[in-house]
Amino acid sequence: MTDLIRAFAEAFDLISRLDAKLIEIVALSLAVSLTAVAIATILGLPLGALFAVGRFRGRQMVIVLLNALMGLPPVVVGLLVYLLLSRAGPLGALGILFTPTAMIIAQAILITPIIAALSRQTIEDAWHEYEEQLRSLGAQRLTASVTLLWDTRFSLVTIILAGFGRAAAEVGAVIIVGGNIDGVTRVMTTAIALETSKGDLPLALGLGIILVGLVVALNAGASVIKEAALRRYG
Amino acid sequence: MLPLELKDVCFAVNGRNIIDCVSVQIGAGPRTIILGANGAGKSVLMRLCHGLLQPTAGEIKWRGGNGNRRSRQAMVFQRPVMLRRSALANVVYGLKLAGFAAGECDLRARDVLEAVGLERQADRPARILSGGEQQRLALARAWALGPEVLFLDEPTANLDPGAARDVESIIAAIHATGTKIIMTTHNLGQARRLGDEILFLSQGRLVERAPVERFFRAPAAAEAAAFIKDELPWQ
Ligand SMILES: Nc1ncnc2c1ncn2[C@@H]1O[C@H](COP(=O)(O)OP(=O)(O)O)[C@@H](O)[C@H]1O
Ligand SMILES: [Mg+2]
Repeated sequence: MTDLIRAFAEAFDLISRLDAKLIEIVALSLAVSLTAVAIATILGLPLGALFAVGRFRGRQMVIVLLNALMGLPPVVVGLLVYLLLSRAGPLGALGILFTPTAMIIAQAILITPIIAALSRQTIEDAWHEYEEQLRSLGAQRLTASVTLLWDTRFSLVTIILAGFGRAAAEVGAVIIVGGNIDGVTRVMTTAIALETSKGDLPLALGLGIILVGLVVALNAGASVIKEAALRRYG
Repeated sequence: MLPLELKDVCFAVNGRNIIDCVSVQIGAGPRTIILGANGAGKSVLMRLCHGLLQPTAGEIKWRGGNGNRRSRQAMVFQRPVMLRRSALANVVYGLKLAGFAAGECDLRARDVLEAVGLERQADRPARILSGGEQQRLALARAWALGPEVLFLDEPTANLDPGAARDVESIIAAIHATGTKIIMTTHNLGQARRLGDEILFLSQGRLVERAPVERFFRAPAAAEAAAFIKDELPWQ
Protein backbone atom coordinates (compact mmCIF):
# COMPACT_ATOMS: atom_id res chain seq x y z
CA MET A 1 0.00 0.00 0.00
CA THR A 2 2.76 2.45 0.91
CA ASP A 3 4.47 1.54 -2.36
CA LEU A 4 1.37 2.59 -4.20
CA ILE A 5 1.12 5.85 -2.30
CA ARG A 6 4.79 6.55 -2.90
CA ALA A 7 4.35 5.82 -6.61
CA PHE A 8 1.45 8.26 -6.83
CA ALA A 9 3.40 10.90 -4.94
CA GLU A 10 6.36 10.51 -7.26
CA ALA A 11 4.07 10.56 -10.28
CA PHE A 12 2.56 13.88 -9.22
CA ASP A 13 6.04 15.15 -8.51
CA LEU A 14 7.10 14.28 -12.08
CA ILE A 15 4.10 16.09 -13.46
CA SER A 16 4.40 19.14 -11.24
CA ARG A 17 8.05 19.78 -12.05
CA LEU A 18 7.45 19.08 -15.74
CA ASP A 19 9.99 16.29 -15.89
CA ALA A 20 11.84 16.53 -19.20
CA LYS A 21 11.41 12.89 -20.14
CA LEU A 22 7.73 12.95 -19.30
CA ILE A 23 7.20 16.10 -21.34
CA GLU A 24 9.07 14.65 -24.30
CA ILE A 25 6.85 11.58 -24.33
CA VAL A 26 3.64 13.58 -23.95
CA ALA A 27 4.71 16.00 -26.68
CA LEU A 28 5.43 13.18 -29.13
CA SER A 29 2.10 11.55 -28.31
CA LEU A 30 0.26 14.76 -29.01
CA ALA A 31 2.21 15.44 -32.20
CA VAL A 32 1.56 11.95 -33.58
CA SER A 33 -2.10 11.74 -32.64
CA LEU A 34 -2.96 15.31 -33.64
CA THR A 35 -1.36 14.83 -37.05
CA ALA A 36 -3.16 11.51 -37.47
CA VAL A 37 -6.50 13.06 -36.53
CA ALA A 38 -5.90 15.95 -38.92
CA ILE A 39 -5.31 13.52 -41.78
CA ALA A 40 -8.27 11.37 -40.74
CA THR A 41 -10.48 14.47 -40.64
CA ILE A 42 -9.43 15.65 -44.08
CA LEU A 43 -10.18 12.18 -45.47
CA GLY A 44 -13.05 11.15 -43.22
CA LEU A 45 -15.38 14.14 -43.41
CA PRO A 46 -15.66 14.23 -47.22
CA LEU A 47 -16.11 10.46 -47.21
CA GLY A 48 -18.82 10.78 -44.58
CA ALA A 49 -20.58 13.46 -46.64
CA LEU A 50 -20.24 11.39 -49.81
CA PHE A 51 -21.78 8.30 -48.23
CA ALA A 52 -24.50 10.39 -46.56
CA VAL A 53 -25.65 12.32 -49.62
CA GLY A 54 -24.40 10.24 -52.52
CA ARG A 55 -26.57 7.75 -54.35
CA PHE A 56 -24.63 4.96 -55.96
CA ARG A 57 -24.76 1.21 -56.29
CA GLY A 58 -23.47 -0.70 -53.32
CA ARG A 59 -23.87 2.28 -51.01
CA GLN A 60 -25.54 0.22 -48.32
CA MET A 61 -22.71 -2.30 -48.40
CA VAL A 62 -20.09 0.40 -48.20
CA ILE A 63 -21.81 1.80 -45.13
CA VAL A 64 -21.95 -1.59 -43.43
CA LEU A 65 -18.27 -2.09 -44.19
CA LEU A 66 -17.42 1.38 -42.94
CA ASN A 67 -19.25 0.78 -39.68
CA ALA A 68 -17.43 -2.51 -39.28
CA LEU A 69 -14.08 -0.77 -39.85
CA MET A 70 -14.78 1.40 -36.81
CA GLY A 71 -14.02 -1.65 -34.73
CA LEU A 72 -10.66 -2.39 -36.36
CA PRO A 73 -8.32 -3.78 -33.67
CA PRO A 74 -5.29 -1.48 -33.39
CA VAL A 75 -2.86 -4.40 -33.37
CA VAL A 76 -4.21 -5.60 -36.71
CA VAL A 77 -3.80 -2.15 -38.21
CA GLY A 78 -0.30 -2.08 -36.75
CA LEU A 79 0.48 -5.42 -38.31
CA LEU A 80 -0.81 -4.37 -41.74
CA VAL A 81 1.13 -1.12 -41.72
CA TYR A 82 4.18 -3.03 -40.50
CA LEU A 83 3.90 -5.41 -43.46
CA LEU A 84 3.55 -2.47 -45.85
CA LEU A 85 6.50 -0.55 -44.46
CA SER A 86 8.89 -3.35 -43.53
CA ARG A 87 11.98 -3.63 -45.66
CA ALA A 88 10.50 -6.44 -47.75
CA GLY A 89 7.11 -4.77 -48.01
CA PRO A 90 5.75 -2.73 -50.95
CA LEU A 91 6.58 0.58 -49.27
CA GLY A 92 9.77 -0.66 -47.60
CA ALA A 93 11.91 1.60 -49.77
CA LEU A 94 10.56 4.63 -47.93
CA GLY A 95 12.43 3.50 -44.85
CA ILE A 96 9.89 4.97 -42.44
CA LEU A 97 9.21 1.95 -40.27
CA PHE A 98 9.96 2.73 -36.61
CA THR A 99 9.53 6.46 -37.14
CA PRO A 100 6.75 8.80 -35.96
CA THR A 101 5.60 8.97 -39.59
CA ALA A 102 4.76 5.26 -39.50
CA MET A 103 2.85 5.79 -36.27
CA ILE A 104 0.89 8.65 -37.83
CA ILE A 105 -0.01 6.48 -40.81
CA ALA A 106 -1.20 3.63 -38.58
CA GLN A 107 -3.32 5.89 -36.38
CA ALA A 108 -4.77 7.72 -39.38
CA ILE A 109 -5.84 4.37 -40.84
CA LEU A 110 -7.32 3.43 -37.51
CA ILE A 111 -9.46 6.55 -37.03
CA THR A 112 -10.39 7.58 -40.58
CA PRO A 113 -13.20 4.97 -40.63
CA ILE A 114 -14.37 6.20 -37.23
CA ILE A 115 -14.62 9.80 -38.37
CA ALA A 116 -16.11 8.81 -41.73
CA ALA A 117 -18.73 6.46 -40.24
CA LEU A 118 -19.83 8.74 -37.41
CA SER A 119 -19.95 11.82 -39.61
CA ARG A 120 -21.87 9.87 -42.26
CA GLN A 121 -24.58 9.18 -39.70
CA THR A 122 -24.70 12.78 -38.49
CA ILE A 123 -24.71 14.26 -41.99
CA GLU A 124 -27.32 11.82 -43.24
CA ASP A 125 -29.65 12.73 -40.37
CA ALA A 126 -29.26 16.39 -41.29
CA TRP A 127 -29.79 15.56 -44.98
CA HIS A 128 -33.15 13.98 -44.16
CA GLU A 129 -34.16 17.22 -42.51
CA TYR A 130 -32.72 19.56 -45.17
CA GLU A 131 -33.05 17.68 -48.43
CA GLU A 132 -36.28 19.14 -49.77
CA GLN A 133 -35.42 22.66 -48.71
CA LEU A 134 -31.96 22.54 -50.27
CA ARG A 135 -33.22 20.98 -53.48
CA SER A 136 -35.97 23.58 -53.61
CA LEU A 137 -33.34 26.30 -53.41
CA GLY A 138 -31.49 24.64 -56.27
CA ALA A 139 -28.55 23.14 -54.38
CA GLN A 140 -26.76 20.33 -56.20
CA ARG A 141 -25.41 17.44 -54.16
CA LEU A 142 -21.93 18.90 -53.86
CA THR A 143 -23.22 22.24 -52.61
CA ALA A 144 -25.62 20.42 -50.31
CA SER A 145 -22.73 18.38 -48.87
CA VAL A 146 -20.73 21.49 -48.07
CA THR A 147 -23.80 23.09 -46.49
CA LEU A 148 -24.43 19.99 -44.38
CA LEU A 149 -20.81 19.79 -43.24
CA TRP A 150 -21.01 23.39 -42.11
CA ASP A 151 -24.41 22.99 -40.47
CA THR A 152 -23.37 19.93 -38.47
CA ARG A 153 -20.02 21.46 -37.54
CA PHE A 154 -20.54 21.20 -33.78
CA SER A 155 -21.43 17.53 -33.90
CA LEU A 156 -18.49 16.97 -36.20
CA VAL A 157 -16.13 18.58 -33.69
CA THR A 158 -17.32 16.05 -31.12
CA ILE A 159 -16.65 13.25 -33.58
CA ILE A 160 -13.17 14.53 -34.36
CA LEU A 161 -12.40 14.75 -30.65
CA ALA A 162 -13.60 11.18 -30.20
CA GLY A 163 -11.23 10.16 -32.99
CA PHE A 164 -8.38 11.97 -31.28
CA GLY A 165 -9.17 10.28 -27.98
CA ARG A 166 -9.10 6.89 -29.66
CA ALA A 167 -5.77 7.63 -31.34
CA ALA A 168 -4.09 8.98 -28.22
CA ALA A 169 -5.24 6.01 -26.13
CA GLU A 170 -4.39 3.13 -28.45
CA VAL A 171 -1.20 1.18 -27.95
CA GLY A 172 -1.38 -1.81 -30.30
CA ALA A 173 -0.70 -0.03 -33.58
CA VAL A 174 2.00 2.40 -32.48
CA ILE A 175 3.99 -0.17 -30.57
CA ILE A 176 4.23 -2.40 -33.65
CA VAL A 177 5.09 0.24 -36.26
CA GLY A 178 6.92 2.61 -33.90
CA GLY A 179 8.88 0.09 -31.92
CA ASN A 180 8.77 2.14 -28.71
CA ILE A 181 12.27 3.53 -29.24
CA ASP A 182 13.33 5.79 -26.38
CA GLY A 183 13.39 9.41 -27.49
CA VAL A 184 12.21 8.59 -31.02
CA THR A 185 8.93 6.73 -31.06
CA ARG A 186 8.04 6.38 -27.40
CA VAL A 187 4.57 7.77 -26.72
CA MET A 188 2.40 7.76 -23.62
CA THR A 189 0.72 4.41 -24.12
CA THR A 190 3.82 2.49 -25.18
CA ALA A 191 5.82 4.08 -22.38
CA ILE A 192 3.19 3.05 -19.83
CA ALA A 193 3.30 -0.53 -21.10
CA LEU A 194 7.09 -0.65 -20.96
CA GLU A 195 7.64 1.19 -17.66
CA THR A 196 5.04 -0.93 -15.93
CA SER A 197 6.72 -4.14 -17.06
CA LYS A 198 10.09 -2.71 -15.95
CA GLY A 199 8.62 -1.73 -12.59
CA ASP A 200 9.09 2.05 -13.00
CA LEU A 201 5.66 2.80 -11.63
CA PRO A 202 5.96 6.55 -11.05
CA LEU A 203 6.63 7.36 -14.70
CA ALA A 204 3.94 4.93 -15.86
CA LEU A 205 1.47 6.36 -13.38
CA GLY A 206 2.35 9.95 -14.23
CA LEU A 207 1.74 9.27 -17.91
CA GLY A 208 -1.42 7.37 -17.07
CA ILE A 209 -2.75 10.31 -15.08
CA ILE A 210 -2.02 12.69 -17.94
CA LEU A 211 -3.65 10.33 -20.47
CA VAL A 212 -6.79 9.94 -18.40
CA GLY A 213 -6.86 13.68 -17.77
CA LEU A 214 -6.59 14.28 -21.50
CA VAL A 215 -9.43 11.90 -22.32
CA VAL A 216 -11.65 13.41 -19.63
CA ALA A 217 -10.82 16.95 -20.75
CA LEU A 218 -11.59 16.08 -24.36
CA ASN A 219 -14.95 14.61 -23.52
CA ALA A 220 -15.81 17.52 -21.26
CA GLY A 221 -14.69 19.94 -23.95
CA ALA A 222 -16.77 18.16 -26.57
CA SER A 223 -19.94 18.28 -24.54
CA VAL A 224 -19.36 21.90 -23.53
CA ILE A 225 -18.91 22.87 -27.18
CA LYS A 226 -22.06 21.02 -28.18
CA GLU A 227 -24.15 22.42 -25.36
CA ALA A 228 -23.01 25.97 -25.97
CA ALA A 229 -23.58 25.64 -29.70
CA LEU A 230 -27.04 24.23 -29.18
CA ARG A 231 -27.97 27.13 -26.93
CA ARG A 232 -26.42 29.67 -29.26
CA TYR A 233 -27.47 28.34 -32.66
CA GLY A 234 -30.35 25.93 -31.99
CA MET B 1 -42.98 30.23 -67.28
CA LEU B 2 -46.69 29.95 -66.39
CA PRO B 3 -49.11 28.44 -67.17
CA LEU B 4 -48.34 25.19 -65.42
CA GLU B 5 -49.99 22.21 -67.02
CA LEU B 6 -50.63 18.83 -65.43
CA LYS B 7 -51.79 16.08 -67.75
CA ASP B 8 -53.16 12.88 -66.21
CA VAL B 9 -50.65 13.14 -63.39
CA CYS B 10 -50.48 10.18 -61.02
CA PHE B 11 -48.18 9.50 -58.13
CA ALA B 12 -48.27 5.94 -56.91
CA VAL B 13 -46.55 4.38 -53.94
CA ASN B 14 -46.71 0.61 -53.66
CA GLY B 15 -49.43 0.48 -56.27
CA ARG B 16 -51.64 2.99 -54.44
CA ASN B 17 -52.37 6.23 -56.28
CA ILE B 18 -51.75 9.02 -53.82
CA ILE B 19 -52.36 11.45 -56.66
CA ASP B 20 -54.90 10.02 -59.02
CA CYS B 21 -54.97 11.21 -62.61
CA VAL B 22 -54.98 14.95 -62.02
CA SER B 23 -55.26 17.21 -65.05
CA VAL B 24 -55.28 20.94 -64.61
CA GLN B 25 -53.85 24.12 -66.03
CA ILE B 26 -52.80 26.81 -63.60
CA GLY B 27 -52.31 30.25 -65.10
CA ALA B 28 -50.76 33.50 -63.92
CA GLY B 29 -52.74 35.93 -61.81
CA PRO B 30 -55.31 34.58 -59.38
CA ARG B 31 -54.18 33.07 -56.11
CA THR B 32 -54.77 29.35 -56.36
CA ILE B 33 -55.70 27.46 -53.22
CA ILE B 34 -55.38 23.70 -53.12
CA LEU B 35 -57.96 22.72 -50.54
CA GLY B 36 -58.67 19.34 -49.05
CA ALA B 37 -58.82 17.27 -45.88
CA ASN B 38 -55.72 15.92 -44.17
CA GLY B 39 -54.25 13.14 -46.26
CA ALA B 40 -56.00 14.26 -49.45
CA GLY B 41 -52.66 14.54 -51.24
CA LYS B 42 -52.14 18.32 -51.18
CA SER B 43 -48.50 18.21 -50.13
CA VAL B 44 -47.66 15.50 -52.62
CA LEU B 45 -49.35 17.41 -55.43
CA MET B 46 -47.41 20.54 -54.53
CA ARG B 47 -44.11 18.66 -54.44
CA LEU B 48 -44.91 17.25 -57.87
CA CYS B 49 -45.60 20.74 -59.22
CA HIS B 50 -42.42 22.12 -57.68
CA GLY B 51 -40.36 19.26 -59.07
CA LEU B 52 -39.34 17.65 -55.78
CA LEU B 53 -41.20 14.49 -56.80
CA GLN B 54 -41.56 12.95 -60.23
CA PRO B 55 -44.99 11.74 -61.34
CA THR B 56 -45.24 7.99 -61.86
CA ALA B 57 -47.59 8.63 -64.78
CA GLY B 58 -48.65 11.65 -66.79
CA GLU B 59 -46.67 14.82 -67.27
CA ILE B 60 -46.09 18.21 -65.76
CA LYS B 61 -45.08 21.05 -68.05
CA TRP B 62 -44.40 24.72 -67.73
CA ARG B 63 -45.95 26.06 -70.89
CA GLY B 64 -44.85 29.68 -70.80
CA GLY B 65 -41.68 31.34 -72.08
CA ASN B 66 -38.35 30.41 -70.46
CA GLY B 67 -39.67 26.92 -69.69
CA ASN B 68 -38.93 25.67 -66.20
CA ARG B 69 -36.27 27.79 -64.56
CA ARG B 70 -35.74 26.50 -61.04
CA SER B 71 -34.82 29.91 -59.73
CA ARG B 72 -38.12 31.31 -60.98
CA GLN B 73 -40.09 29.19 -58.54
CA ALA B 74 -39.79 28.89 -54.79
CA MET B 75 -41.47 26.89 -52.06
CA VAL B 76 -42.24 27.45 -48.40
CA PHE B 77 -42.77 24.28 -46.42
CA GLN B 78 -45.14 23.54 -43.59
CA ARG B 79 -42.20 23.24 -41.20
CA PRO B 80 -39.50 25.75 -42.10
CA VAL B 81 -35.99 24.32 -42.39
CA MET B 82 -33.48 26.86 -41.19
CA LEU B 83 -29.76 26.58 -41.68
CA ARG B 84 -27.51 26.89 -38.64
CA ARG B 85 -26.52 30.47 -39.37
CA SER B 86 -28.01 33.93 -39.00
CA ALA B 87 -31.41 34.90 -40.39
CA LEU B 88 -29.68 37.17 -42.88
CA ALA B 89 -27.29 34.40 -43.94
CA ASN B 90 -30.24 32.10 -44.58
CA VAL B 91 -31.67 34.57 -47.08
CA VAL B 92 -28.27 35.23 -48.63
CA TYR B 93 -27.75 31.47 -49.00
CA GLY B 94 -30.80 31.19 -51.27
CA LEU B 95 -29.79 34.26 -53.26
CA LYS B 96 -26.29 32.93 -53.90
CA LEU B 97 -27.65 29.60 -55.11
CA ALA B 98 -29.99 31.46 -57.43
CA GLY B 99 -27.00 33.21 -58.94
CA PHE B 100 -27.36 36.73 -57.55
CA ALA B 101 -24.15 38.75 -57.54
CA ALA B 102 -22.34 38.65 -54.21
CA GLY B 103 -22.54 42.41 -53.75
CA GLU B 104 -26.26 42.45 -54.35
CA CYS B 105 -27.17 39.62 -51.97
CA ASP B 106 -26.70 41.41 -48.68
CA LEU B 107 -28.69 44.47 -49.65
CA ARG B 108 -31.49 42.46 -51.15
CA ALA B 109 -31.64 40.18 -48.13
CA ARG B 110 -31.86 43.11 -45.70
CA ASP B 111 -34.64 44.68 -47.75
CA VAL B 112 -36.73 41.57 -47.71
CA LEU B 113 -36.10 40.94 -44.00
CA GLU B 114 -37.45 44.42 -43.38
CA ALA B 115 -40.47 43.66 -45.52
CA VAL B 116 -41.35 40.68 -43.31
CA GLY B 117 -40.58 42.60 -40.11
CA LEU B 118 -37.41 40.74 -39.19
CA GLU B 119 -34.83 43.50 -39.61
CA ARG B 120 -34.01 43.41 -35.90
CA GLN B 121 -33.50 39.64 -36.01
CA ALA B 122 -31.24 39.76 -39.05
CA ASP B 123 -28.09 38.80 -37.21
CA ARG B 124 -29.61 36.31 -34.81
CA PRO B 125 -29.21 32.58 -35.39
CA ALA B 126 -32.19 31.47 -37.46
CA ARG B 127 -32.88 28.27 -35.56
CA ILE B 128 -33.52 29.97 -32.24
CA LEU B 129 -36.16 32.30 -33.67
CA SER B 130 -39.78 31.57 -32.70
CA GLY B 131 -41.94 29.40 -34.96
CA GLY B 132 -43.70 32.42 -36.39
CA GLU B 133 -40.45 34.26 -36.99
CA GLN B 134 -38.96 31.22 -38.69
CA GLN B 135 -41.92 30.97 -41.02
CA ARG B 136 -41.62 34.67 -41.86
CA LEU B 137 -37.93 34.08 -42.51
CA ALA B 138 -38.80 31.18 -44.80
CA LEU B 139 -41.14 33.53 -46.68
CA ALA B 140 -38.39 36.14 -46.88
CA ARG B 141 -35.92 33.58 -48.21
CA ALA B 142 -38.38 32.63 -50.94
CA TRP B 143 -39.53 36.18 -51.68
CA ALA B 144 -35.96 37.46 -52.00
CA LEU B 145 -35.55 35.30 -55.09
CA GLY B 146 -38.27 37.30 -56.80
CA PRO B 147 -39.97 34.11 -57.96
CA GLU B 148 -42.61 34.06 -60.67
CA VAL B 149 -44.40 31.31 -58.76
CA LEU B 150 -44.43 30.74 -55.00
CA PHE B 151 -45.65 27.41 -53.63
CA LEU B 152 -46.82 27.45 -50.01
CA ASP B 153 -47.62 24.22 -48.20
CA GLU B 154 -49.90 24.93 -45.24
CA PRO B 155 -47.68 27.82 -44.22
CA THR B 156 -49.66 28.61 -41.07
CA ALA B 157 -50.59 25.11 -39.93
CA ASN B 158 -48.17 25.09 -37.00
CA LEU B 159 -48.61 28.70 -35.93
CA ASP B 160 -50.72 30.47 -33.34
CA PRO B 161 -53.37 32.87 -34.65
CA GLY B 162 -51.26 36.00 -34.30
CA ALA B 163 -48.30 34.55 -36.15
CA ALA B 164 -50.66 33.10 -38.76
CA ARG B 165 -52.10 36.57 -39.36
CA ASP B 166 -48.60 37.98 -39.94
CA VAL B 167 -47.85 35.22 -42.40
CA GLU B 168 -51.12 35.79 -44.25
CA SER B 169 -50.44 39.48 -44.66
CA ILE B 170 -46.94 38.73 -45.99
CA ILE B 171 -48.45 36.32 -48.51
CA ALA B 172 -50.84 39.05 -49.59
CA ALA B 173 -47.90 41.43 -50.01
CA ILE B 174 -45.97 38.89 -52.09
CA HIS B 175 -49.03 38.45 -54.29
CA ALA B 176 -49.27 42.22 -54.66
CA THR B 177 -45.75 42.32 -56.12
CA GLY B 178 -46.93 40.09 -58.96
CA THR B 179 -45.86 36.65 -57.78
CA LYS B 180 -48.26 33.83 -58.53
CA ILE B 181 -49.39 32.21 -55.27
CA ILE B 182 -50.19 28.51 -55.17
CA MET B 183 -51.00 27.45 -51.65
CA THR B 184 -52.39 24.42 -49.87
CA THR B 185 -54.57 24.64 -46.81
CA HIS B 186 -57.24 22.68 -45.03
CA ASN B 187 -58.46 25.86 -43.34
CA LEU B 188 -61.61 27.24 -44.95
CA GLY B 189 -61.26 30.70 -43.43
CA GLN B 190 -57.78 31.01 -44.82
CA ALA B 191 -58.86 29.73 -48.22
CA ARG B 192 -61.51 32.43 -48.29
CA ARG B 193 -59.24 35.21 -47.08
CA LEU B 194 -56.30 34.44 -49.35
CA GLY B 195 -57.75 32.60 -52.33
CA ASP B 196 -59.12 33.64 -55.66
CA GLU B 197 -59.76 30.15 -56.95
CA ILE B 198 -60.04 26.77 -55.29
CA LEU B 199 -58.76 23.43 -56.46
CA PHE B 200 -60.51 20.91 -54.24
CA LEU B 201 -58.68 17.66 -53.73
CA SER B 202 -60.23 14.52 -52.28
CA GLN B 203 -58.38 11.23 -51.93
CA GLY B 204 -55.85 12.24 -54.53
CA ARG B 205 -58.42 13.30 -57.10
CA LEU B 206 -59.14 16.82 -58.24
CA VAL B 207 -62.89 16.88 -57.80
CA GLU B 208 -63.67 20.56 -58.22
CA ARG B 209 -62.21 23.79 -59.49
CA ALA B 210 -64.09 27.00 -58.85
CA PRO B 211 -63.75 30.68 -57.96
CA VAL B 212 -63.66 31.06 -54.18
CA GLU B 213 -66.96 32.82 -53.85
CA ARG B 214 -68.81 30.24 -55.94
CA PHE B 215 -67.05 27.34 -54.27
CA PHE B 216 -68.27 28.29 -50.81
CA ARG B 217 -71.73 29.38 -51.92
CA ALA B 218 -72.54 26.40 -54.08
CA PRO B 219 -69.94 23.64 -54.18
CA ALA B 220 -70.61 21.37 -57.12
CA ALA B 221 -68.89 18.22 -55.92
CA ALA B 222 -70.50 16.20 -53.18
CA GLU B 223 -67.11 15.73 -51.46
CA ALA B 224 -66.57 19.49 -51.42
CA ALA B 225 -70.01 20.14 -49.98
CA ALA B 226 -69.42 17.53 -47.30
CA PHE B 227 -66.01 19.01 -46.43
CA ILE B 228 -67.43 22.51 -46.06
CA LYS B 229 -70.26 21.17 -43.93
CA ASP B 230 -67.85 19.26 -41.69
CA GLU B 231 -65.62 22.26 -41.23
CA LEU B 232 -68.44 24.75 -40.72
CA PRO B 233 -71.11 22.70 -38.95
CA TRP B 234 -73.03 25.80 -37.81
CA GLN B 235 -73.88 26.91 -41.34
N1 LIG C 1 -43.46 9.61 -49.79
C1 LIG C 1 -44.62 8.98 -49.47
N2 LIG C 1 -44.67 7.64 -49.45
C2 LIG C 1 -45.81 6.99 -49.15
N3 LIG C 1 -46.95 7.59 -48.86
C3 LIG C 1 -46.97 8.93 -48.84
C4 LIG C 1 -45.80 9.70 -49.13
N4 LIG C 1 -46.11 11.00 -49.01
C5 LIG C 1 -47.41 11.02 -48.68
N5 LIG C 1 -47.94 9.82 -48.56
C6 LIG C 1 -49.35 9.49 -48.26
O1 LIG C 1 -50.10 10.14 -49.24
C7 LIG C 1 -51.29 10.66 -48.69
C8 LIG C 1 -51.37 12.15 -48.97
O2 LIG C 1 -50.37 12.81 -48.22
P1 LIG C 1 -50.21 14.38 -48.22
O3 LIG C 1 -50.02 14.88 -49.58
O4 LIG C 1 -49.15 14.70 -47.23
O5 LIG C 1 -51.63 14.86 -47.66
P2 LIG C 1 -52.08 16.32 -47.26
O6 LIG C 1 -53.24 16.63 -48.14
O7 LIG C 1 -52.49 16.26 -45.82
O8 LIG C 1 -50.93 17.24 -47.49
C9 LIG C 1 -51.26 10.30 -47.23
O9 LIG C 1 -52.07 9.16 -47.05
C10 LIG C 1 -49.82 10.02 -46.95
O10 LIG C 1 -49.71 9.07 -45.92
MG1 LIG D 1 -49.76 18.35 -46.21
